[in-house]
Amino acid sequence: MNAIGDLRPALRGALRPPGFLAGLWLAVRLAWRQLRSEKARLASAIAGVMFACVLVFMQLGFRAALFESATTLISAMRADLFLMSPMTLASFRPETIPRARVSQALAVEAVAAAVPVYLAQATFRNPESGRRRTIQLIGFDMEAGVLDLPGLAPIRDALKQPDSFAFDSRSRPEFGPVPRLFAERGPFPAQIGNREMRVVGLVELGSSFGADGNAVLSEVNFRRAVRERPAALVDLAAIRLRPGADPLQAQAALRAVMPPDVAVLTGEELRAHERRYWEEATPIGFIFSFGSLMGLIVGMVIVYQILFSDIAGHLREYATLKAMGYSNTHLAHTVLGSAAILALLGFLPGTLVSSILYGVVADATFLPLAMGVERAGWVFLMIFAMCAAAGLLALRKLRDADPADMF
Amino acid sequence: MEHPVQIAGLTYAYGEGALRREVLRDVELRVAPGEIVILTGPSGSGKTTLLTLAGALRAVQSGSCRVLGRELAGAREGERVALRRRIGFIFQNHNLLGFLTARQNVAMALELDGDTTEAGRLERAGRILAAVGLEEHADKLPAHLSGGQRQRVAVARALVGRPGLILADEPTAALDRASGQEVVHLLRDLARSRGAAILLVTHDPRILDVADRIVAMEDGRVVANAGESAATTGGRAAAADQHGL
Repeated sequence: MNAIGDLRPALRGALRPPGFLAGLWLAVRLAWRQLRSEKARLASAIAGVMFACVLVFMQLGFRAALFESATTLISAMRADLFLMSPMTLASFRPETIPRARVSQALAVEAVAAAVPVYLAQATFRNPESGRRRTIQLIGFDMEAGVLDLPGLAPIRDALKQPDSFAFDSRSRPEFGPVPRLFAERGPFPAQIGNREMRVVGLVELGSSFGADGNAVLSEVNFRRAVRERPAALVDLAAIRLRPGADPLQAQAALRAVMPPDVAVLTGEELRAHERRYWEEATPIGFIFSFGSLMGLIVGMVIVYQILFSDIAGHLREYATLKAMGYSNTHLAHTVLGSAAILALLGFLPGTLVSSILYGVVADATFLPLAMGVERAGWVFLMIFAMCAAAGLLALRKLRDADPADMF
Repeated sequence: MEHPVQIAGLTYAYGEGALRREVLRDVELRVAPGEIVILTGPSGSGKTTLLTLAGALRAVQSGSCRVLGRELAGAREGERVALRRRIGFIFQNHNLLGFLTARQNVAMALELDGDTTEAGRLERAGRILAAVGLEEHADKLPAHLSGGQRQRVAVARALVGRPGLILADEPTAALDRASGQEVVHLLRDLARSRGAAILLVTHDPRILDVADRIVAMEDGRVVANAGESAATTGGRAAAADQHGL
């Protein structure tokens, strides 16, 4: 190598910088090397992201469980369309419609069956402690096959006996050890309202925010239990269409027939109506959204602290890199890369912990809590946005790294 | 051949209005290819500001400052950043990244060049670390190196990208006499073998002997210039070629 050969690189024009992806890779690798070098700080950052992640998962889980449990009954009904009073806010507190509307529905060509459903809340006396709690009564014609609950089919005939009912085994435990007593003794007497009735079987439905427990009865037994209810009024009508009929056309036809004291809804619309009540007419939806937001803010502050102190503690090094010709963009990629790594490293264990907690909480509260891909995706986006926001805030500190101050 | 540093009529002031304070006044300075120029002067004489201007770390206010063929007067931020990639910087403190090994620290200077590969960068970093006598220590973290060794890593980092100009600010300030001498002589030899010019600010009288020329500054002006030497470093560079770099 001669002197001229040595000089040539110096005379070369500006260097060709690495491509965008190659540069990004180098920036993120630098971020990872920096994070890795301080294990305790990395651990506390990951714990912070994990905390936020678990908090958001739990809040969203409760929120979804609430909405889902509110519509469990409707989802269990095998019906294409529903008739309901337009005054009804939520199914646990229904307004009645005239029973005649159910028969009128049969006038529409596409309708195969129209089944009245009776809903009411009554007290149930705990067979062990004797305490009373409010239970949701669901009454319907056993032969119509409108409600498709696990355990219902074999006891359909038993439910036709006078004063019999089926108990929801997924009701809250405050109703007493009904499933255990039933397994030990078989059918046994229990009190609904002021009436002595008999538990003749168990079904599975699940408690909700509107109802701690459920009891399923035949139409006749429902009227026996709820004496003040006139027979000419029903709470809901489930309509099944003939095979091949278009639900939307049938809905339009029914609306044309029905007076304005009845709303015709599809199953989807009825579920949406039910959810809207809990979302808008109660503070519950807001509380959970607020809880999620608090989790994200706490997580963001923790990540910001970590990123900020990483920059503040290495200002001279960052300034040196700027002097060497590293652009602000490259260093910003490094900081944001740190944020992304923390998001990922906190999200994965956070999701695992949340799945386990879902199981624990579902067992304790009888609410339908389950980890889903869609929710995990949303939470990841939120955690990622949280870390990105923390990174962008921390970036301002990078301006303090001025290479001109290095000399 | 164009001089790596050609400064003419350079004036620079901090502050504005009544607080305006001129730190450089009509400065002329040329550094020839391969030349080693030491800037001396009392603190506040403007020599550090001059170094930051030549290093494209500050925007030029008035006058002309041509570095490696680029006029910095009126240059945009992006142009200055690009130019810095062709300059080697050595600071008073080593400023190595504590979480990277010596080799990775040196390779950082090459990551700005899109034509290099990871393997190539580490290999070049290893070779220049061997040239500064740190072959054994290439994979140690800075915390496990002595002060002199760290500053030698910093020299390796400044030189590995084959810069046309090296700017150093008190590179021996944090070192004892022996390590200081060693670092400066390494710097001189490596720069000569590569034909790079050096502009070095120092108070340290022990290292003045490496200079081809000493420029003294006072109160923002060049007060003593030992006369521009001809750029005759070609012969020396060939002599220093035994480093095989």
